[in-house]
Amino acid sequence: MSILRKTGKAMEALDAIDIARIQFGLNIGFHILFPTITIALGWMLVWFRVQYARSGEAEWLATYKLWTKVFALSFAMGVVSGIVMSFQFGTNWPGYMNSVGNIAGPLLAYEVLTAFFLEASFLGVMLFGMNRVPGWIHLTATVLVAVGTTISAFWILALNSWMQTPAGHIMADGQLIAGDWWAVIFNPSFPYRFTHMLLASGLTAAFLVAGLSAWRLLKVSEDTAARRTLRTGILVAAVLAPLQILAGDLHGLNTLNHQPAKIAAMEALWKTERGAALVLFAIPNPQSRSNDYAVQIPKGASLILKHEMDAELKGIDFFAPDTPPVAPVFFAFRIMVGMGILMWLLAWFGAWRLRKESTPRWVLWIFASATFSGWIATLAGWLVTEIGRQPWLVTGVLRTTDAAGSVSEAQLGASLTGYLITYGIMLIAYIVVLTHLAGAGTDKQTTPGVLP
Amino acid sequence: MNIDLPLIFALLMGLATLAYVVLDGYDLGVGMLMPAADDEEQEVMVASIGPFWDANETWLVLGVGILLVAFPHAHGIILGALYLPAVAMLIGLMFRGVAFEFRVKAEGWHRELWNWLFWFGSFLASFAQGLMLARYITGFESGFGYFLFAVIVGAGVCGGYVLLGATWLVLKTEGTLQKKAIAWAEWGLLWVALGVAMVSLATPLVSETVRLKWFDFPRTLALMLLPGSCLTIGITVWLSLRRLARGTARAEWLPFAGSVMIFTLAFIGIAYSLFPYVVIDRLTLWQAASHPSALKVILVGVLVVVPLIIAYSAFSYRVFWGKARTGLHE
Ligand code: HDD
Ligand code: HEM
Ligand code: HEM
Repeated sequence: MSILRKTGKAMEALDAIDIARIQFGLNIGFHILFPTITIALGWMLVWFRVQYARSGEAEWLATYKLWTKVFALSFAMGVVSGIVMSFQFGTNWPGYMNSVGNIAGPLLAYEVLTAFFLEASFLGVMLFGMNRVPGWIHLTATVLVAVGTTISAFWILALNSWMQTPAGHIMADGQLIAGDWWAVIFNPSFPYRFTHMLLASGLTAAFLVAGLSAWRLLKVSEDTAARRTLRTGILVAAVLAPLQILAGDLHGLNTLNHQPAKIAAMEALWKTERGAALVLFAIPNPQSRSNDYAVQIPKGASLILKHEMDAELKGIDFFAPDTPPVAPVFFAFRIMVGMGILMWLLAWFGAWRLRKESTPRWVLWIFASATFSGWIATLAGWLVTEIGRQPWLVTGVLRTTDAAGSVSEAQLGASLTGYLITYGIMLIAYIVVLTHLAGAGTDKQTTPGVLP
Repeated sequence: MNIDLPLIFALLMGLATLAYVVLDGYDLGVGMLMPAADDEEQEVMVASIGPFWDANETWLVLGVGILLVAFPHAHGIILGALYLPAVAMLIGLMFRGVAFEFRVKAEGWHRELWNWLFWFGSFLASFAQGLMLARYITGFESGFGYFLFAVIVGAGVCGGYVLLGATWLVLKTEGTLQKKAIAWAEWGLLWVALGVAMVSLATPLVSETVRLKWFDFPRTLALMLLPGSCLTIGITVWLSLRRLARGTARAEWLPFAGSVMIFTLAFIGIAYSLFPYVVIDRLTLWQAASHPSALKVILVGVLVVVPLIIAYSAFSYRVFWGKARTGLHE
């Protein structure tokens, strides 16, 4: 049963499984913030590094060094929270490994073997080795770190997508094992999810780069390096934002084929009907199984999802009782799409403004305040994906309740508190340091004592 | 062809764990020694582990990963029983890991705070690992005696990591810092001697299985080779530290290599005591293993990739060969 349905039943205490879920969701939600940045930022560093290798300009070098610091910090945050993840799989969901471990295990193992060691080893060379190895080796190390983060995303998303749309598995000796690894990895939702996630990472990093550069320009307006990175960020975002909307749309259409109950929750479609309306805004009401205060476009949902005004769409009633909670999925989806459209408008507006000589402060303020917009969209997207899969952990194969562990509530409660405090401190420090780094900038006017 | 997959994976897991203990051991040890050094020395100390800590920690992910994917039944039992110390360790590792970045980027009291968290995280992680080890080899029994034992092993592991860290610094530094490191290493060695002795005495007392294995004449005599060589190496390390302190010897690598060997021997001893159990007296390797089809797929990956990992780790150590210098991160 989902946390949200639970809280509906007033005053019921949280039981162990709910705490385990909150804890897992919190951890992975925290972890994903940093890979989302590093996957794409790694490639941007490659770009800065190549520019420096080609031009030899000190400004490119300074740009590379500044963003390497941001990368190193984000990477460290990703690594330490990722290590927690690798423990939590077993502690919070032992039933998970016992029943689908023969599939999940090899995928996780390949991630460790092919990605984690690669990125961790070459990170050292990339961060500290610039004066110790020839330029081309340093460049190669930078490329390998970026490759590593991308491979990492490949394996973990293969696993996550398999949990959403399992394929390629068979039953043998009373256990679930892989019949066809190709089908397991390239399961029906994987290509969409991988593309969508890489684009999400690109957008998140682009807005981060643009935002921190704008912040820098607000403080030191004549910083040419920051002007350049503002431009890089905005242009990357301007290219990726429309692609992301397209990819998201295709992702959704694919989900309609494989997880129609999730779509019903995303669109708050309670009843199966022909010519279903597109709900723009509403407050889904689980008691009456309908929407309060709905603002909707008649026949819109049928048109968007089936490309036909009068097509039939299956509602929650069709899939009951195996349905996810509607409200969180519905709202999270709207937040993500809203952010996606906002990011697109912002990026195009920014690209258009860039052609002018100077950038007024209010434009800089807009980009500075959008620094972390990618995070909001990414988290919202994952909430749609994960909550929309409920009550399944692996669609049609394993229920979340059947995977829960035996760790006691008191222990879970204690560790949850510990994690909350730790993550709180780390997140605040992270944001403070990023704004500091941006404030200190890349040129000689560096405030003494701030940078190493 | 019939290969004993669970046995192979137990070996791999053992190797990954040993690699972790030795590698992250020296950087956690350096972290614990931070308060004993002045500001400038601290920079050198951090520079000596900066390029390596992340890769070192990845061996933990591999070790736990193998436990998770190859012995899923044991993973649930072990990490369920060790839940709280494991969380403490993870929180320690988190603070330690991000402190690397934050301590150089923060100013004023923030910087102090991260320096302190760097030390605290290193200590918490090491101590928690000792607790986990103690609970694990005693089959998760509870009671005051077991608790005391766990605290002693926790302190012993801290001492052992300090030894690794200090001998690493002997190798990677020079001048006064190296002199200090020699003194720290001597203290670490004493702690290790005490810790190993306590564990060797206590383990047979608390666990029947271990007692039977160790006191099984005439095998016992052959087994005495382990503590015997441990002692010999310990004395060699001690003597070489003394000679380095007096400036009459040049083999700066010897104390570190000797410490690694002490850890290896202790590790073999523990592995011998526990075999063939993954959860002592409850679950053997073969009972806990996952399906052979999954293990085969992973083994192929391991055979292809681990040599590569070793090759590029070696490359990275070569790049940073020689004495540590500050200001690399400029
Ligand atoms: C910068 C981040 C970002 C942005 C701007 C968008 N998304 Fe997204 N979305 C994600 C980041 C993301 C994500 C975090 O990467 C998710 C979670 C899991 C996944 O597959 O991707 C996701 C999931 C996700 C799903 C759920 C698929 C499933 O679970 O089966 C759909 C249908 C969409 N997205 C559709 C869209 C549309 C139509 C967007 C247009 C504006 C959009 N997304 C913008
Ligand atoms: C790609 C890697 C991911 C995997 C393998 C994964 C796996 C899981 C697992 C095993 C659970 C527990 C069972 C459940 O409650 O459904 C879960 C739940 C959850 N995950 Fe993910 N997850 C991934 C990514 C994410 C990300 C990036 C987020 C970020 C927001 C996230 C958010 C959540 C939340 C909030 C829950 C709790 C859902 C609920 O209880 O209703 N997940 N996921
Ligand atoms: C669901 C379970 C997950 C687990 C068990 C997990 C585990 C880990 C671990 C152990 C690390 C540290 C590796 C190291 O030592 O270098 C890590 C880092 C990383 N993870 Fe995850 N992770 C999960 C989800 C995700 C997701 C959803 C993504 C992104 C799509 C992701 C992408 C990465 C990347 C790119 C890194 C490299 C470090 C960084 O860039 O911050 N992981 N993860």
